Amino acid sequence: MLTPATEAEVADAVGSARGPLRIRGGGTRDPGRPGPGEVLSVAGLAGIELYEPGALTLVVRAGTALAEVEALLAAEGQRLPFEPPDLRGLLGTAGVSTIGGVLATNASGPRRVQAGAARDAALGVRFVDGAGRVVKNGGRVMKNVTGYDLVRLMAGSRGTLGVLTEVALKVLPAPPASAMLRLEGLAPADAVAAMAAALCSPFEVTGAAHLPGDGPDAGTLLRIEGFEDSVAYRAAQLSAVLRPWGEVVADREQARVAGAWARVRDAVPFHARQGDVWRVSLRASRAAEVLARVAGACDLNDWFMDWGGGLLWMCLPEGTDLRAHAGTFDGHATLVRASDATRARIAPVPPEAPAVAALSRALRARFDPRGLLNPGLMDAA
Amino acid sequence: MKMPVPDRGVIDRKAAIVAGLRRIVPGAGVIDAPEELRAYECDALAAYRCPPLAVVLPSTTEEVSAVLRFLHGQGVPVVPRGSGTSLAGGALPTADSVILGVSRMTRVLEVDLADRIIRVESGRTNLSVSGAVEADGFFYAPDPSSQLACAIAGNVAMNSGGAHCLKYGVTTNNLLGVTMVLMDGTVVTLGGGHMDAGGLDLLGVVCGSEGQLGVVTEATLRILPKPEGARPVLIAFGSNEVAGACVSDIIRAGVLPVAIEFMDRPCIEACEAFAKAGYPDCEALLIVEVEGSEAEIDHQIGLIRQIAGRHAPLEFRESRSADEAARIWLGRKSAFGAMGRIADYICLDGTIPVSELPRVLAGIADLSAKYGLKVANVFHAGDGNMHPLILFDANDPADLDRAERLGADILTLCVQAGGCLTGEHGVGVEKRDLMGVQFAPADMEAQMAVKDVFDPSWLLNPAKVFPLDVSAARRRGADAA
Ligand SMILES: Cc1cc2nc3c(=O)[nH]c(=O)nc-3n(C[C@H](O)[C@H](O)[C@H](O)COP(=O)(O)OP(=O)(O)OC[C@H]3O[C@@H](n4cnc5c(N)ncnc54)[C@H](O)[C@@H]3O)c2cc1C
Repeated sequence: MLTPATEAEVADAVGSARGPLRIRGGGTRDPGRPGPGEVLSVAGLAGIELYEPGALTLVVRAGTALAEVEALLAAEGQRLPFEPPDLRGLLGTAGVSTIGGVLATNASGPRRVQAGAARDAALGVRFVDGAGRVVKNGGRVMKNVTGYDLVRLMAGSRGTLGVLTEVALKVLPAPPASAMLRLEGLAPADAVAAMAAALCSPFEVTGAAHLPGDGPDAGTLLRIEGFEDSVAYRAAQLSAVLRPWGEVVADREQARVAGAWARVRDAVPFHARQGDVWRVSLRASRAAEVLARVAGACDLNDWFMDWGGGLLWMCLPEGTDLRAHAGTFDGHATLVRASDATRARIAPVPPEAPAVAALSRALRARFDPRGLLNPGLMDAA
Repeated sequence: MKMPVPDRGVIDRKAAIVAGLRRIVPGAGVIDAPEELRAYECDALAAYRCPPLAVVLPSTTEEVSAVLRFLHGQGVPVVPRGSGTSLAGGALPTADSVILGVSRMTRVLEVDLADRIIRVESGRTNLSVSGAVEADGFFYAPDPSSQLACAIAGNVAMNSGGAHCLKYGVTTNNLLGVTMVLMDGTVVTLGGGHMDAGGLDLLGVVCGSEGQLGVVTEATLRILPKPEGARPVLIAFGSNEVAGACVSDIIRAGVLPVAIEFMDRPCIEACEAFAKAGYPDCEALLIVEVEGSEAEIDHQIGLIRQIAGRHAPLEFRESRSADEAARIWLGRKSAFGAMGRIADYICLDGTIPVSELPRVLAGIADLSAKYGLKVANVFHAGDGNMHPLILFDANDPADLDRAERLGADILTLCVQAGGCLTGEHGVGVEKRDLMGVQFAPADMEAQMAVKDVFDPSWLLNPAKVFPLDVSAARRRGADAA
């Protein structure tokens, strides 16, 4: 395992590599196809470069622990807008999630629907490309259109275009209060309609999820955050909006609200379940239809919705190719949890249309001419 | 400012090229008469002009594809154009180029309120996108001041922002998908009605690529429910430093206004003379707008009043009616027009960390004195996006030159303060030769590698964004082909 401690050492390690490398932050996520290569760990590149609460900006080295970042922000009453999931419980991984790994997988939780994804919060990056060259793009300021936006290209590129060494992020104030509204017993299509009504209201819903079943944790959940009085006001208004779908139960107890959304964020309902886990990004209004199609075609172990239905989590029997059963739809399906054998057979990263795949392939060949960085990890075939 | 020597070989083939275009786009959709081409010789950076070889205005993605395939085969450079409001010369043609304008493609293709999306052809103007959903209580958030005229095509190409992006983000944060055509005619769809890319985020790099990667013909955009209400306050201060500190404190306190606009004395005076908005006599003022219900607005304004109170404001003006609110915005909204009345101006667009505001404003004042040219500042302070306006006399070539050198020095100052050359207007030709101030050769090489992939022959808007000497080898390769 290569364990560089500085950006220069990363550049050296990549530049002098003779064979494939597997780029690792904390090793808590399984972002794609398993493949060969010596592990290059970025965990040694840790530390806060700059944090300016008054400018909502944070610059950290890529190997910095997510938990450390979150603690630093919390101490100033701020947070990462995109609510990154902790996938350790789902994937059975140990270790420490890093900020570089979060951006490299564009890991975003329930608040994505209102505050954007990790890619939206990223202001700048530094990385080492496959030829060992250090590249910077973006910066630390909120608005920047100078040159091409490689920041977004790097977000979600899963270490296949370069090794992230530094990340600049926009942070947001953490509101003092929150509330959760809950509806019970809705069918999937009704849940999606109720969530759409909430998201189409002016009451700034920051989470909209639906967990099937009838336990205390199940139901259609809406979250509101903000200043105390504002949350109370909007919770009341939103309850009225949701009334046509049934009785609305409001919960203003901070810890319970946080816990419920952490369950959604980290896919807790699937932790103890056998089977492969898929994450399907799609148009919310098509979620019920796609769900029904998959359920009709194979043994759906479990499922739930986030992002108002725009994100469908599904747990399927091992080795089942969801894409073969979901039909065509506006969106894509990612295999999040499966055995190495399954992930070697079924591409975890969704296949692209031929013209798009050709562009992606050509970009990889330019950024990583020797094919050293996580080779095959994002390949569809 | 230099542009590449036009390719004689292309210019000599004008008749054949125009005939070829006419076979694809019939009738008035191809323009080649010199007097009509003049309408396309520049964008809003009017100091630079050059009529193109021809203009083609297709009506469909298929026509765009056929046009590009044809021009690719002919080795003709193409300059994509929306409404031509770029302040960076992004749509400036060369004599050997064909302008491909999307102004005939303005249809709304789909509105889905439940999914909060709208799909439009890219020639549609920014304001008319909001217009299409306004009656249903929705809006499209990025709101460049040019929104009445500018097209979604240009917004996507420049990743445009606006006064309200402190809360809602810029174009890239509100863009879900595009249909675009590569230089060889290949039609590509990126994203759609869903969120986030499954593979590489190509949409992310296309947004802001200044018409150099492909011609965008359709866009899927996020629309948002309108807030219950919005209200501005005006706060006057005795110095730029204090106003800057107040901005930082407001953000720090967890209030997230939709807009925080900043004007300095030269700008306030010009606006007063022009619009008579009744602004106070002060060194700097902030316009802060917050959203929500009446009670929520009151609460946020209460907090802002408290914070401002710690900075000894000369005045804290609340609006009690829609009319008063409009008066608060009046001066700000007429700032550019007011400046245009006094003199010609260059509008800069650097961004700096908010904490650097006082230092950079002082630096700009020093530079302004050194060059003997007035600079007025009006900008989006919440996100540090400055708009220094350099006043000069366009009839005096020496004055333009001086103004441009002053502009370069101010942008260099922004980069040195930890910021960047352009926050929302784009690089175009205007800031092209300053790219080396912000980027090392390897940084630009990585960006150009992206263009190599999307447009291997470097025919799309080739003389923009990258300094000519930096892109020379690639463009020469194109000439040889
Ligand atoms: C008075 C005034 C105020 C302004 N205020 C703001 C502001 O507040 N915020 C802001 O961000 N900008 C502002 N601008 C700048 C300008 O309006 C924006 O850059 C706008 O997005 C340009 O849109 P357009 O349709 O006019 O594009 P054009 O000027 O036609 O082109 C701009 C760029 O986009 C490329 N392009 C055009 N169409 C396509 C296409 N179909 N496919 C690919 N590339 C294409 C062009 O090649 C060019 O590089 C302002 C301009 C003016 C004149």
